[in-house]
Amino acid sequence: MWEALTFQAGHNAAVVAAGCIAFGLAAGAVGCFVLLRGRALIADAAAHATLPGVAGAFLLGLALGLDPRALPWLLAGGGLTASLAVLAANALARGGRVKDDAAIAVALSVSFGLGAVLLSVVQALPVGGQAGLSGLLLGRAAGMAEADAWTMAAVALVALAVLGALLRPLSALLFDPLQASLAGLPVKALDVALLGLMLLVVLAGLPAVGLVLVVALLIVPAAAARLLTARLPAMAALSAGFGAGSAHLGVAISAAAPGAPTGAVIVLVAVAVFALALLASPRRGLVAALRRRAALLAAARAAAR
Amino acid sequence: MSFAALDLVPLLAAMLACLACGLLGNLLLLTRQSLLGDAVSHAVLPGIVLAFLVTGSRDAAPMLAGAVAAAFAAALLVGVLTRAARLSPQAAMGIVFSGFFAVGVVLLETGVGRRVDLDLDHVLLGQLDTLVWPAATGWASLLDPDALAALPPELLLIGAVAVAVPLLFAALWKELRLLAFDPDFAAVTGFAPRALSALLLAALAVACVAAFWAVGAILTLAALVVPPVVARLLTRSYRAQVLVSAIVALVMGAGGVLLAGVLPAALGQDWAVSGAGMVAVVGGVLVLAARLAARESG
Amino acid sequence: MSPVPVALPLPALSLRGLSVAYRTDAVLWNVTWNSPPAGLVAIVGPNGAGKSTLLKAALGLIPRLAGEVRFFGAPLAAVRRRVGYLPQRAAVEWDFPATALDVAAMGRYPRAGWFRPLPRAEREAALAALAEVGMQDVAHRPIGELSGGQQQRVLLARTLAQEPDLFLMDEPFAGVDAATEEAIVGVLQRLAAAGRCVIAVHHDLSTVPRAFDHALLLNREVIASGPAATLLSPENLARAYGRRMSA
Repeated sequence: MWEALTFQAGHNAAVVAAGCIAFGLAAGAVGCFVLLRGRALIADAAAHATLPGVAGAFLLGLALGLDPRALPWLLAGGGLTASLAVLAANALARGGRVKDDAAIAVALSVSFGLGAVLLSVVQALPVGGQAGLSGLLLGRAAGMAEADAWTMAAVALVALAVLGALLRPLSALLFDPLQASLAGLPVKALDVALLGLMLLVVLAGLPAVGLVLVVALLIVPAAAARLLTARLPAMAALSAGFGAGSAHLGVAISAAAPGAPTGAVIVLVAVAVFALALLASPRRGLVAALRRRAALLAAARAAAR
Repeated sequence: MSFAALDLVPLLAAMLACLACGLLGNLLLLTRQSLLGDAVSHAVLPGIVLAFLVTGSRDAAPMLAGAVAAAFAAALLVGVLTRAARLSPQAAMGIVFSGFFAVGVVLLETGVGRRVDLDLDHVLLGQLDTLVWPAATGWASLLDPDALAALPPELLLIGAVAVAVPLLFAALWKELRLLAFDPDFAAVTGFAPRALSALLLAALAVACVAAFWAVGAILTLAALVVPPVVARLLTRSYRAQVLVSAIVALVMGAGGVLLAGVLPAALGQDWAVSGAGMVAVVGGVLVLAARLAARESG
Repeated sequence: MSPVPVALPLPALSLRGLSVAYRTDAVLWNVTWNSPPAGLVAIVGPNGAGKSTLLKAALGLIPRLAGEVRFFGAPLAAVRRRVGYLPQRAAVEWDFPATALDVAAMGRYPRAGWFRPLPRAEREAALAALAEVGMQDVAHRPIGELSGGQQQRVLLARTLAQEPDLFLMDEPFAGVDAATEEAIVGVLQRLAAAGRCVIAVHHDLSTVPRAFDHALLLNREVIASGPAATLLSPENLARAYGRRMSA
């Protein structure tokens, strides 16, 4: 594990680590905006809805004679179905009878079900490569191909670049949505852009973290950063750092203990970081809050006497 | 082998699991807490796995206890995070249930000795196809006490839950309706919303365990949200909402299993697609149909 | 609490040292106040003064930091039947599948008790409560289809159906049309005449002297309390609102 952490475990492992770190940076940075804008649930739905696209792309690739396991091809399929699922959720909630949370939950579970059906078709076929598909459920960094790691890194860096370009309008939107729309910012377009960024991050995370748990990497590092600072630039930087650190450490641990799926280990590292921040944060941490609350309680009791 | 031996139990399991979850799901839908269904269905995993690891068996009692304990621990943590960490409930739930699910997965895959045959695939996608009933020789076995005693225990658990949930609704009909509509008024008039909510959380955890065997952790959400959503699109009264959701749940469960296995077999194919997945897909078709019907009637 | 002489009627609501905090901000601080045993009482004060918080904390809907609450000299659990609650209209989920009668009937649930379906007699009583506020004609309409004023009256019918001695109302006149306002005022006057106590959080200072008997002026702490006609003096308002108000 130490070798993996310090990039000494071989060229392939180093590239995989780099890809995961790139993903972690993007997930943390984009995650700030997802968290603060309350889009965690729809990110989860999009992640689960990549499954039918990934399995469908595999089947289509077989039928067309392409390499069905090529990661960019699979991710393209996943991105397509994820986008459709988000649109379907919006369409279902239009009209007001079905609220947003229920509509998103329907989209999430039905698309995952469709994905499960297609996955079972893939698994019934006498073709190799299915293991690669089920690795996208919970992540598998061990044995990841170098090309896949480069794909991860590429998608993550695109997301970071787009985020950088939209940083100022997105920050304004977050700070005060009403003010932003009055100032002429295209709020709807920005929200769509944020969904797009979120989708890119989800796709980048599929090989290492898997679609079931990737949403955690969007919210946990951001939540940890929020406990430590209220200023958006610092929060985004801190969150990106936490994301990258969790991914890197998680992959290294997972390589040393190959039983557990990588995604689960990475998430647990991120949660541990969050827990530390929660306990220790001087402003918003648990210890500080309990102390303030105790003081307030004592004062109230004294006043009542 | 006959239909009774291979397909009857999965059919019943799916129908009854959807029924239990679909009924409880109404209360989640009407209080805008569909996310809680997602959360609990994920959060119960470490409880179930720990029960296996500790007792070394698939007995229902420790498994249910583990699931309920996990659900309450998760709810407690969500409360702490919302208050102490100033997180939105949505974010707090996401963090807690991802963390719990990750713990469950790690325990499962690295559990000491992996003593019980619970597979990660089954966790995600259910294990309807393993619920066989070898003692059955035909439909007559339903009346044969020896054969009935050999039913898979998972089905008995699901059956018990599918009976308990409607009884719960019948006994506490007006209390649950009041709790969903206006918990503050329930508190003032002495109808103990906190105790009832705790009871519902336990019931939800139990229903998630029942559905877990049929459709796995993730598709339990489909059983929880689809029947209520369809009913909401088609009905206007609370009673109709609950009744229609029950019917939709049964149709969804049956349709999914029949299309997944029985249909390909009837067409001469020797493979079957994921039953759990088909249950969710049939659910999706029902939602689509209901949405179109609702739009037609304005 | 110091013993109250038996001969005097007990205050409907009695607060001693009530403090409530939201996270680490005190929204109510050391409120000590006794309501009269009957009559119409208005709770007024600027936004964020803790008026709704006072009602909710008294009813145990939000936790209190310190202090004691008594209804007719007893804790709430002992006298639930005598305390009615009308929440803010905005706090209710109006999309819920229920008719006006369904909602009004909820006020009769305590009489039916746990586990039992609501008897016909109680549904009749709920219908009568709807009639008291002029809503009997919409008894079977879904609440989502009602106007704001109608919704407010349905909620009031629910509280009336409880047949309590004390009514705690949170902004009963907020955002209602003239017909509804008239109906509610009529109900309040009938209640006062029947010897009930109504404590209402009220947002419109100008109507307090003529519509209410007593008032409590609040801004996180008690500023003043007493007869409605004289309470809203310029000095008191200045202390509650800062320098600019006059009634």
